[in-house]
Amino acid sequence: MSIVTVQLGQCGNQIGHEVFSALCSDIRGTHGLCSKKENESYQESCMERFFCEEESGVPVARAVLVDMEPKVISQTLSMAARSGHWKYNSHSHFCQKQGSGNNWANGYSVHGPRHKEAIMDLVQKEAEKCNRLGGFLTIMSMAGGTGSGLGAFVTQSLRDAFPTSFLLNHVVWPYGTGEVIVQNYNSVLTLSHLYHSSDALLVHENDVIHKICAQLMNIKQISFRDVNQVIAHQLGSVFQPTHTAGGGSGYSRNPLGDLLEPLVPHPEFRMLGLRNIPQMAESSLAYSAFSWPGLIKHLRQILIANAQMEEGIDWQVRPPHPGSSISSTNKPLHFNTSIANLVILRGKDVHSVDLGSFQDPSLYTSWLNPQDAFNAWKTPRAFNKYEKSASLVSNSQFLLKPLDSIVGKAWNMFASKAYLHQYTKFGIQEEDFLDCFTTLEQVISSYTNL
Amino acid sequence: MTQSVVVQVGQCGNQVGCRFWDLALREHAAVNKKGIYDEALSSFFRNVDTRSGDNGPDIYKGKICSLKARALLIDMEEGVVNEILQGPLRDVFDSKQLITDVSGSGNNWAVGHKIYGCQYRENIVEKLRKTAEHCDCLQCFFIIHSMGGGTGSGLGTFVLNLLEEEFPEVYRFVTSVYPSGEDDVITSPYNSVLAMKELNEHADCVLPIENESLFEPVNKIHQMINSGKLGSTVKQNSLVTSSAGGAKTLQEKPFDAMNNIVANLLLNLTSSARFEGSLNMDLNEISMNLVPFPRLHYLVSSLTPLYTLADVNVPSRRLDQMFSDAFSRDHQLIQADPKHSLYLACALLVRGNVQVSDLRRNIERLKPSLHFVSWNQEGWKTGLCSVPPVGHSHSLLALANNTCVKPTFIELKDRFMKLYKKKAHLHHYLQIDGMEQSCFSEAISSLSDLIEEYNELDATKGGPRIDPSRLKIAV
Repeated sequence: MSIVTVQLGQCGNQIGHEVFSALCSDIRGTHGLCSKKENESYQESCMERFFCEEESGVPVARAVLVDMEPKVISQTLSMAARSGHWKYNSHSHFCQKQGSGNNWANGYSVHGPRHKEAIMDLVQKEAEKCNRLGGFLTIMSMAGGTGSGLGAFVTQSLRDAFPTSFLLNHVVWPYGTGEVIVQNYNSVLTLSHLYHSSDALLVHENDVIHKICAQLMNIKQISFRDVNQVIAHQLGSVFQPTHTAGGGSGYSRNPLGDLLEPLVPHPEFRMLGLRNIPQMAESSLAYSAFSWPGLIKHLRQILIANAQMEEGIDWQVRPPHPGSSISSTNKPLHFNTSIANLVILRGKDVHSVDLGSFQDPSLYTSWLNPQDAFNAWKTPRAFNKYEKSASLVSNSQFLLKPLDSIVGKAWNMFASKAYLHQYTKFGIQEEDFLDCFTTLEQVISSYTNL
Repeated sequence: MTQSVVVQVGQCGNQVGCRFWDLALREHAAVNKKGIYDEALSSFFRNVDTRSGDNGPDIYKGKICSLKARALLIDMEEGVVNEILQGPLRDVFDSKQLITDVSGSGNNWAVGHKIYGCQYRENIVEKLRKTAEHCDCLQCFFIIHSMGGGTGSGLGTFVLNLLEEEFPEVYRFVTSVYPSGEDDVITSPYNSVLAMKELNEHADCVLPIENESLFEPVNKIHQMINSGKLGSTVKQNSLVTSSAGGAKTLQEKPFDAMNNIVANLLLNLTSSARFEGSLNMDLNEISMNLVPFPRLHYLVSSLTPLYTLADVNVPSRRLDQMFSDAFSRDHQLIQADPKHSLYLACALLVRGNVQVSDLRRNIERLKPSLHFVSWNQEGWKTGLCSVPPVGHSHSLLALANNTCVKPTFIELKDRFMKLYKKKAHLHHYLQIDGMEQSCFSEAISSLSDLIEEYNELDATKGGPRIDPSRLKIAV
């Protein structure tokens, strides 16, 4: 099954480009460390999911690029073409001239309706090229105007036009200390709207990735390109082909469905966090060796201690004792309760890995059986030069604190009525803001009371 | 890509404007080696096929034929505009972009606004329409003028009004040169306050500039060059005060160096809209992020560095110094100290080989010494443009919406009241058709209201921070 990616705004397009680059370079690499047959199967599956074959032989990404100003798209298209290994379809993009001015209302209420037909037309064309459509992945930031506002509108339109398709939004959360002054308003508006149309939100926070770049990758002068490449690596580690548990001998044919169905059992809980280990500078890769037990142990502690990466994990945090009925107020401090988790393992000796520690019922709420709450995907084919790589996609309290912080700051600004005139002039009124705040306070409350 | 049109009004406006076009050409020439008319150029220049004379069609792609500035030059005296048309920039403007008269406005806002406004209204509208028609997607009008005189102040604000009426969707950014205390125009307080009312009501963003603030850096640079201390190690064309190659320092006119700073301000402001970068900052984003309430749209600007030393290796402490300087009192383009006042919002537009980590490191470093309003504690808007200005490896433009503009306004009000109480020179204004006492009282009242808004914000500074309670959800 194929996934159609919609890249929205500057961030969406910059990341989208890094994602397709990473996927392509991974399948072209000779570091698969597995049998030739396995490798070929992997390559075929990846190609089917993300690329289209053309007469020229250069794979064409299954993507639609959308932005309200031309510079980024034009750069993205040319960078891809220059690589010589893959490219975008030269018609699959839509841009305007003026940008959205970091104004969610402009993106949603003005650009959205105005350009809906043209954008959905491009999406339809990409969807038709797929033998079997596996769903949509949108990539956007929520701090600006286009990715956030137009992105929310496009998500709604996708839902309306493809009501039975899977729809996953990859959302980038901005640095806590300003990239954009009205970022918290734009974020609140985006998240609440996406919650109503999307299947799930897969989140990356700039602050977290920045730390990874600084502390694990040892990059001195971190650029957005560095951040985007880490994000692309992490997304690749989720979306590259794997074997699912009951899926028989071939690679999974329903990647989005396999991801979303177990992870989002309840519509109130759609926020997915992502962790990937190990992560290090490419130059150190050759000198490092990891063991699966070590990686699993770290990944599990990252989950329960709500750590952002494999350094600085708090090993004191333990899950609550099983068997006792615990209200959320009695749970150990800082313990991260999960609804459902997915672990993805790639590399050598993957079949021998014991994941029992992730099935511990004390990690989860009581709604699902532990065997339903936890899923694992594996492939012996190594990813992106890492001999062993483990990823965790988690529906848990990972994002609770950051979400609460964003809503708090937005509320603070809203109480002073600052900047509201910029939104009302495009048709977003105070009542609309209040509705969005209410939606998100509800989400916060739900996740708090797990 | 969007286009912008520059409307330069009055002597000051045209002199600054002239410097702007000179530097813009230099900047694009440095980047555009192949002489292709690209999107960046089209933001400020048309490419005209002059083979069939001045009325040739616009060429949208391909080689540069003849570049014409997207500008309107307005002056009620001929001297300045004529000089421009005889100077090295004469081919950049065509006669259809000029509106001049002979006798000037006599330093009288009412003459500029009411008499010339009325007289030239249709002419101005027609020429504006023509300029707009040549634009594929017009995003912004930049008005450059001074506040203290008659033409720039009066006719300039008349044009501002016109722009709002005729092109309501297009942003209006105004660069206003405010008169100093020792201004030799006695009626400058009247002209400025009358103009302020118009700026309050019709501008999207105002960048106030004061001559004293331009004078100091220029002096410093001249001292440095003349003392021979740094002499040959200062890259000549990196001076923020230097004009395009060719013109020797001696032959420059006295205000040229100062006007170059203002011209550089405008170039840096629009750089992210013209060139690529990892975090673009367009003009509509500047307005969106820096104007929390419609009338508080006065932005204090600072440009660093003012010059580059010749050594090419830039250790990061040099970079950090650039950030520190941007917040120091002597780099602001008005006489103000933002560090000791209250920030409502702040924007940093960096050009050159600077990455997001450098930006964040400096924000973290400087934040503790700055006071931000309680509802915007992290009120930073940032932009990264990859293309540095000519002669520099990197540069920083800081725009602050800060209560430190208040003293400038209060002084203006005081100088106004000194004259007004004695009704000095009032008759020159009241005898003009359309002017009444109420024009004055409304203008001063508008200024007082603005000062009061800043006062209210200042009152919250340093007070206890009480966050409003959040919405409660029934569990």
